Amino acid sequence: MAEGEADRPVLVRFEGIGKRFGALTAVDNLTLDIAQGEFFALLGPSGCGKTTLLRMLAGFDRPSEGRILLDGEDIVAVPPHKRPVNMMFQSYALFPHLSVAGNIAFGLCQENVARAEIAARVAEMLALVRMPGFDHRRIHQLSGGQRQRVALARALIKRPRVLLLDEPMAALDKKLRAETQFELMELQRRLGTTFVIVTHDQDEAMIVADRIAVMDRGRLAQVAQPAEIYERPNSRWVADFIGEVTLIEGYLGKDGMLDCALGRLRVPADAPKAADRVWLALRPEKLRLSAERPADGDSNAVAGTVVEVGYRGDMSIYQVRHAERALLKVAIANTARERPSFAIGDLVWVSWPPDVGVVLTT
Amino acid sequence: MSAPGKRSWGARAVLLVPYLWLAAFFLVPFLIVLKISLSQTAIAQPPYTPLFDWSDGWAGLKAFFAALSADNYAMLGSDALYLVAYLKSIEVAAVSTALLLIIGYPMAYGMARAPRGLQPLLVMLVILPFWTSFLIRVYAWINILQRDGLLNDLLLRLHLVDAPVAWLASDTAIYIGVVYSYLPFMVLPLYATLEKMDEQLLEAAADLGCPRWKAFWQVTLPLSLPGVAAGALLCFIPITGEFVIPDLLGGSETQMIGQTLWTEFFSNKDWPVASAIAVALLGLLLVPILVYERLQQRTIEGGR
Repeated sequence: MAEGEADRPVLVRFEGIGKRFGALTAVDNLTLDIAQGEFFALLGPSGCGKTTLLRMLAGFDRPSEGRILLDGEDIVAVPPHKRPVNMMFQSYALFPHLSVAGNIAFGLCQENVARAEIAARVAEMLALVRMPGFDHRRIHQLSGGQRQRVALARALIKRPRVLLLDEPMAALDKKLRAETQFELMELQRRLGTTFVIVTHDQDEAMIVADRIAVMDRGRLAQVAQPAEIYERPNSRWVADFIGEVTLIEGYLGKDGMLDCALGRLRVPADAPKAADRVWLALRPEKLRLSAERPADGDSNAVAGTVVEVGYRGDMSIYQVRHAERALLKVAIANTARERPSFAIGDLVWVSWPPDVGVVLTT
Repeated sequence: MSAPGKRSWGARAVLLVPYLWLAAFFLVPFLIVLKISLSQTAIAQPPYTPLFDWSDGWAGLKAFFAALSADNYAMLGSDALYLVAYLKSIEVAAVSTALLLIIGYPMAYGMARAPRGLQPLLVMLVILPFWTSFLIRVYAWINILQRDGLLNDLLLRLHLVDAPVAWLASDTAIYIGVVYSYLPFMVLPLYATLEKMDEQLLEAAADLGCPRWKAFWQVTLPLSLPGVAAGALLCFIPITGEFVIPDLLGGSETQMIGQTLWTEFFSNKDWPVASAIAVALLGLLLVPILVYERLQQRTIEGGR
């Protein structure tokens, strides 16, 4: 599982983990390694079991089967208050009756730590999340972004082996979320702590994480680095879940050509040989659009009619219909200030080098 | 309703309603009681002087105010009977409130933690005793506590006692009756605050190294303090003025202030002293109310 992470020791290992709530299987016989110092994302649609997995690591839910190893030791039987992991909750779960400093100090106050040390560590944490001087504020006096920082500081003060983040940015607006993502990455690099983030936002997972586990219905669909998942999804489901994609069903012939609704197409050299039913996954931004048939003979080229144009500022999204049978999504970056000249009803050519497509068999 | 200064006539009238209500049904009766407390007892109808007489005009008004005196209050202070009754009332109210908290808190906590679907039923069970008249329920306790009553019967059968215990006409009986009668008033406000509490706060506490029993003291209890205050106030105040329960279940050697008031009013026909007792009681009960007000102000400022 830990391909590409062989240089780092494994910190957390889920071993055949299953979790059932009554008749519902939330997590199904899942095995996964998370390396020391990694920023790891659990990504998937709601109900895929990612939060359950995180809660089992925190100790709030007990797995129905399997083992969870932390530093090689099974922690399934260890209650949450004795685990060296801390969690940042989606709703932050800050204590409303305590001040900012009281919240941050809460974890240390449970141990026999000297007052002076607690005060020093709280000040250190407040500086870390860039909120010095907020010690005596009450929680209700803070903005959403500030609460998020306090929650982060509270979860980090005990210097956990693993920091668990449950949809940490779900309550922030888009702009603040983008800023916070980069701050979180910077923080993780500086502390070297292992971060495990649960998110349903694929952009967020791709930006912050070193590695992503894409989950679907309690199972791992793919575990890899973000670029790998985006460029080489291992299934139609992953390709469709991560980013925009056009999937075209077809048959691979003996000659290595793909027979599909768009005609006979060239496929990447690493595509499987002569498989029955396959799908060609094409990312919209990798396709080109032109009025004339491109001269480049090696590329695939398909004629079509523009049926929809979506202007997004940074790029325009075109839907091109080929012979009433297939719909292709093409994204063109608006690098010049003038908007491109294609309009609904225009006849265009969609072209792409064969190696940008991905042939999927499952 | 755009600017506060530009409220329509109708909106103002609506705002006035609660004030009018309070004026008509609290302030005016209170002023009448206050006036009677400053009067002297008389064998007449009504049994006190002076009476306000419009016909005498300005001179009559002057004579009326001149006739008022604080003698009754002075008497309340000088006669130990009243002081003892006040102290007894506060003692009973304080001990009962403490007992109610000890019994009511775990009940409310259990209710708030019960499965969601079960909770309406549990709330229903708590308020179910209200379906029977309060007086009948206190009478039922006489039946249970009397010499050959259910409780002694049970204790004898279990060989826990050799002879019947005299439960009735004692402080124990008062406490049993008060705690039984006021339990819903303690449980409901406590349940309301505990039920609202975010369970995730307890998970957060556990995550930060706080075992469950400790989390109760550090998180649950502090967050339920508004409910504790509301429940305590809702019990303490009416218990202080309680009359029926001590009269039916209590002994004759000590009286609570409600009983003293009743005696003055109905047996001694001394309306002025009875009124003075009532006004003094009100002043006494103002203390916990003001404390509660301060506390609530703090919680409102605390954002909840």
